[in-house]
Amino acid sequence: MSIDPAVPMADSAPVLDREEAQRLRAERLSRTGRWALPILVFVLVIAGWHWLVTAKEIPHYILPGPGLVASTLWQDFGILAGSWLVTLTVTGLALLLAVVFGGGLAILFTQSKWIEMSFFPYAVVLQVTPIVAIAPLIFIYVDSKIAGLLICAWIVAFFPILSNTTLGLNSADHNLRDLFSVYGASRWQRLRYLQLPAALPYFLGGLRIAGGLSLIGAVVAEFVAGSGGIGSGLAFRILESSYRLNTPRMFAALTLIVVTGVAIYLVLSWVTWMLLRKWHESALKRDA
Amino acid sequence: MRTATHTVPSATADGTSRTLLAMQNVDKIFGADVVALRNMTLDVQEGDFLSLLGPSGCGKSTALRLIAGLSQPTRGAIRWGTPMADGDLSVVFQEPTLMPWATVIDNVLLPFRIAGSLTDEARDRARDMLARVGLAAFEGAYPRELSGGMKMRVSIARALVTRPKLMLMDEPFAALDEITRFKLNDDLLQLKDSMDCTVVFVTHSVFESVFLSNRIVIMAARPGRVIRELAVEAPYPRTEAFRTSAEYAAQCRAASDALHEAMGGDVGVH
Ligand SMILES: Nc1ncnc2c1ncn2[C@@H]1O[C@H](COP(=O)(O)OP(=O)(O)OP(=O)(O)O)[C@@H](O)[C@H]1O
Ligand SMILES: [Mg+2]
Repeated sequence: MSIDPAVPMADSAPVLDREEAQRLRAERLSRTGRWALPILVFVLVIAGWHWLVTAKEIPHYILPGPGLVASTLWQDFGILAGSWLVTLTVTGLALLLAVVFGGGLAILFTQSKWIEMSFFPYAVVLQVTPIVAIAPLIFIYVDSKIAGLLICAWIVAFFPILSNTTLGLNSADHNLRDLFSVYGASRWQRLRYLQLPAALPYFLGGLRIAGGLSLIGAVVAEFVAGSGGIGSGLAFRILESSYRLNTPRMFAALTLIVVTGVAIYLVLSWVTWMLLRKWHESALKRDA
Repeated sequence: MRTATHTVPSATADGTSRTLLAMQNVDKIFGADVVALRNMTLDVQEGDFLSLLGPSGCGKSTALRLIAGLSQPTRGAIRWGTPMADGDLSVVFQEPTLMPWATVIDNVLLPFRIAGSLTDEARDRARDMLARVGLAAFEGAYPRELSGGMKMRVSIARALVTRPKLMLMDEPFAALDEITRFKLNDDLLQLKDSMDCTVVFVTHSVFESVFLSNRIVIMAARPGRVIRELAVEAPYPRTEAFRTSAEYAAQCRAASDALHEAMGGDVGVH
């Protein structure tokens, strides 16, 4: 196609360019907003908190200001760090157990309808029973406090992994399943090459929920367990500080718990993205 | 999955073609009373491009699944004229049915992976197959990066990579636009010719079936059954010239009339 250079084809071009530029600007803006806005909100809340405490002269055993919480965190870190490690360990191990037993059970369930029919209801029972109601029993039967905490956290965390993975294993495209049959695939090949990859996005969705729940389980169980001594986590520090009206330390411990929860979420989101970015819709980038 | 092979006698008078498979008085009943197929008898000769043409719900997919061994006849039998091993039969569905987590080449290699023969030779064959469907440059791509027509090409490459004796296709191009469909029709005929396989092809489209097939089997619904069979005598290779010929138009009219008759004249043909 030849275009007469005298004819101003460019007439329509600047319009498109402007639209394109606008779109790019909007995109850049929203990308910046994604991290800048939460930070702005954070700064505003801290400032408001600080203003409230100083302006109303609230005593620090009722509400310590953000500065005092920060300095307490710094000064008491020696005491808090050990407890933080305990909570982290219980949370991490509980999540690991949830992955192994939740995922393993899901695979077992899809291999045999009978096993699923027999045991799935009990998984639901475990899930719907409030952990604070079973925890005292568990601490009667289990001597080791860490083991008791671990069991409690696991009970809270495993169900999302179990139910999501079960759903995922059964959600493989039915035509693909037929194709595997046509080529004479064994049960193992079907699991390895079809069901497990199809279940991965579901499993990861469950994992992100379970990450937060295992932290919650670890903290809640410790409130029930109560007693101090070796192997006391952050929840015990909060209880202990509340008896002593050491509110700044309560806030400091709480801050560590929140930071841990957010960190778990970020790490698991990153893992999800790394594993799915090549092929899954959820990790797909689309313009506009 | 397919049952033991029974030899069926060569069917044609001149003895040039052999029977690949024969459905003999097959009934397929779902549940208590859904008669998907009633007394279906059909033979497929080696080298055939046979289309099953009929209205929605007449049991075309059911017939294909029976041939694929994905379900068993309620009555009657399917007999094979030649022993069939895994990989001698392949299926192409209406959707491309690719594994989204696997690259194009890994999708094409699936039959070999399942057969436990993921050799260098298999890889060469998969690459060759991708080149034949025009996707040599895309072996490392993921399905989501491909257009609908390209995905269907991958699906066909996977179906042909084992050099099957029989390829079953269930409305493979129904979801594609007309331009893409014409191109894929042309390419499919070439591939079939060069790979020397037999095709059973399910379609709603009279025009597609006439262009592709040497035999058209017309089916009717409620209960699903074979109404009649047409031969399309035009010689292969068929090209764009055939698509615009008077012969093609006449054949389409004949098939269209037959289909109309099959449905008791109550449904229009698109
Ligand atoms: N698994 C099944 N269970 C019960 N009924 C079924 C099943 N599969 C098919 N049928 C019924 O059998 C009949 C034939 O279905 P089939 O899918 O073979 O038709 P089709 O000719 O392929 O139709 P279409 O052109 O719409 O794909 C329909 O009435 C359908 O409802
Ligand atoms: Mg169908």
